[in-house]
Amino acid sequence: MSQPAVRPEAPAEASTKKPALDWRSLLQRYGVFLGLLAMCVVLSFLSNVFLTPSNLLNVLRQVSVNAIIAAGMTFVILTGGIDLSVGSLLAFAGVLSAGLQSHGFLVAVFLPLLAVAVLGVLSGTVITRGQIAPFVVTLGMMTIARGLTLVYTGGMPISPVSPAFRVLGDGYLWVIPVPIIIMLAVYLLAGLVLRGTAFGRHVYAIGGNEQVARLSGINTNRVKTAVYAISGLAAALAGLILTARLNSGDPTAGMGAELDAIAAVVIGGTSLNGGEGGVGGTLVGALIIGVLNNGLNLLNVPSFYQQIVKGLIIVGAVLFDRRKRR
Amino acid sequence: MDKPFVLELTNIHKSFGPVKVLEDVSFNLRPGEVHALLGENGAGKSTLMKILSGFHGKDQGTIRLNGNAVEITAPRQAITLGIAEIYQELNLVPTLTVAENIFLGREPRHGALQALDWATMRRGAVEALARLGLNLDPGRRVDSLSVAEQQMVEIAKALSTNARILIMDEPTSALTQKEIDSLFHIIRQLRGEGVGIIYISHKLDEVFALADRITVLRDGRLVGTYDAADLDHAKVIRLMVGRELSEMYPKVTVEKGEVVLSARGLTRRPLLADVSFNLHAGEILGVTGLMGAGKTELASALFGSVPAESGQILLQGRPARLNRPADAIRAGISLVPEDRKTQGVILNMSVQSNITLPFLQHLRRLMLLDGAREREVARSSIERLRIKARDPWQDVDGLSGGNQQKVALAKWLTHPPKVLMFDEPTRGIDVGAKTEIYRLMGELAGQGIAILMFTSELPELLGMSDRILVLHRGRVAAEFSREEATQERILEAAMGGKADVTTGRPA
Repeated sequence: MSQPAVRPEAPAEASTKKPALDWRSLLQRYGVFLGLLAMCVVLSFLSNVFLTPSNLLNVLRQVSVNAIIAAGMTFVILTGGIDLSVGSLLAFAGVLSAGLQSHGFLVAVFLPLLAVAVLGVLSGTVITRGQIAPFVVTLGMMTIARGLTLVYTGGMPISPVSPAFRVLGDGYLWVIPVPIIIMLAVYLLAGLVLRGTAFGRHVYAIGGNEQVARLSGINTNRVKTAVYAISGLAAALAGLILTARLNSGDPTAGMGAELDAIAAVVIGGTSLNGGEGGVGGTLVGALIIGVLNNGLNLLNVPSFYQQIVKGLIIVGAVLFDRRKRR
Repeated sequence: MDKPFVLELTNIHKSFGPVKVLEDVSFNLRPGEVHALLGENGAGKSTLMKILSGFHGKDQGTIRLNGNAVEITAPRQAITLGIAEIYQELNLVPTLTVAENIFLGREPRHGALQALDWATMRRGAVEALARLGLNLDPGRRVDSLSVAEQQMVEIAKALSTNARILIMDEPTSALTQKEIDSLFHIIRQLRGEGVGIIYISHKLDEVFALADRITVLRDGRLVGTYDAADLDHAKVIRLMVGRELSEMYPKVTVEKGEVVLSARGLTRRPLLADVSFNLHAGEILGVTGLMGAGKTELASALFGSVPAESGQILLQGRPARLNRPADAIRAGISLVPEDRKTQGVILNMSVQSNITLPFLQHLRRLMLLDGAREREVARSSIERLRIKARDPWQDVDGLSGGNQQKVALAKWLTHPPKVLMFDEPTRGIDVGAKTEIYRLMGELAGQGIAILMFTSELPELLGMSDRILVLHRGRVAAEFSREEATQERILEAAMGGKADVTTGRPA
């Protein structure tokens, strides 16, 4: 039924914008990554230890726990939410796995993951059905999970863990520490889910505009609940690695871990309003924090000062991000 | 009418980076006149007004107030100079009271502590409101007011600064006909008091009802300034778009098909009461009513976003349960919502991702999205709807209103629905884009899609509908065929006049 157009085609807007990739847009796009590189270059001059393979692997292994938590946190923040319970969930999974050692490797790994995922679903359900701010709900879950952890352990660490389990923290695949392998696998998977699946797109859509997402037929409650489960799973995985590495389930583990994870996400360029960013940036953000800690240690900067520098970097990175968006 | 100009803008130039948005534009205003500023979106109207109200600096040119050259460098300064602007989007703080809003940023104070002078504020607010013939309690919170009342508060705020120049940018876009009438009354009264009014609107009926003179901009250049009496609709449109619009409403006659959708007694108190109607394939059914008559509520009930409490929806004769939008979309009902920026499109997402959002599950191969197919779907939609975007990856944010609206439509057309609803399909978009939306609407009806158009704009209702339902207080007050419908009969029914056709009769 479409007839020939009744009127001449509107003159195409003269697009004066060229897709030129000048240094500015490069800097804007890869600013955080370039920042990380610059830090590495500077440190390699200031310290002759920094660039050694053993130190670099050490940094990566130290980073892995925070990086894995931050990967899950990225999903939550992309929807415009926040998850303050990850530190406690990490501890809960950690002590659970230590306590379940006698039931064999598989139980000690998968039961804690399952339990914490259920807690994540619980948070997500209260947030969506109860329409309560994620900050409040996960703050509650943070306290609840810490309480569960203390109840389960009686406040004392549980150790030791089985040699098979310890591989998660101490093992090597060829020369690469297992935690690094797990971290890379988590990031590959997370990147694939966010960029390559309908679910990932829905996560971005909800962060972009939840109402539009709902009016586009997306089951926003289900997606939002899922991201808290994912965040819990990631925290639990980090908890297993930590327990394996320490050879002990420590009920006080992961205190403040949520803030380091949020810092990594934010430094990595993901907007706290949701809808923009991704896990690639988060990994770089986690590495920046790790390299900074390592570098300042190598340079014998007292740890009190390290905190100040870390804080400045967090705010500076976001400031940079804000400016480039304008 | 040869009073000296209260305002003269001469040879204004302005560029944003490499883009020239205003080139050699001149504009003037006499006291006590309504001077309409017209042009398609992107013609430079808003930029010109933002230069006048101090939000943007000009690159070249002069601004004279009462013959004296001035430099306006900040919004505050514009206010001091007697220039006030009433924005398209309301600019009030919803949690503050009427009086607090009117005096926001220039609160009267007294005493050594510079404490707020509540009494003066109250009195000033009452005075400012009384000048508009309004009897509002200045202590009420703004969010408890209707949109129209908020608009009046905004005007009162502007007037209380003793503005001699009032800029009104699409002031009626959220108002009902009755509210528009009272706004016009106020505008005429202000004109009588010698206030110069710059009136920006896409609604030409309003422009011709009010304007003494009309200035048209196109692509950042001045087309001309004319006495309103020398122009008519067709001439103005020609000046705005620079070409003949052979027809504003390219209505295509389509053979009416089977009944696709039936509503039976849809009710959701207080705004939806026993609404029944049938909708046929290939038909464009227009639904209108004053603000609060239940248009948006009916659309929400049919789309499942706010389900009806009772009543039945039949799709091709079968009862459909629509409890959420996902149900409706699966059943073949889509909605292009009223407010595209908050409901229609995700502004910080690409054109492509917006278009494919509702039907991503069809673009899966194994677990993953098929990027090539997604690009293909987006590309063909952009082509078909003539969406003007730099590339499919451009954020929707950067598109003009009309193109954003096309994206909000395009997302439903990748899997054509049985029933397509438009809520205020052309609100705030320019004439060229409007006609394109109408053309698409006709084309879709021609493909057998049943179309429900909810609108408060009578010209488009009369121009596009095969049949018209008028709602009044949540009920179907009247039904007209295309031939029976006139502006007067529709308005009468909408305002609760005698219903001249049976009430709530399924056709």
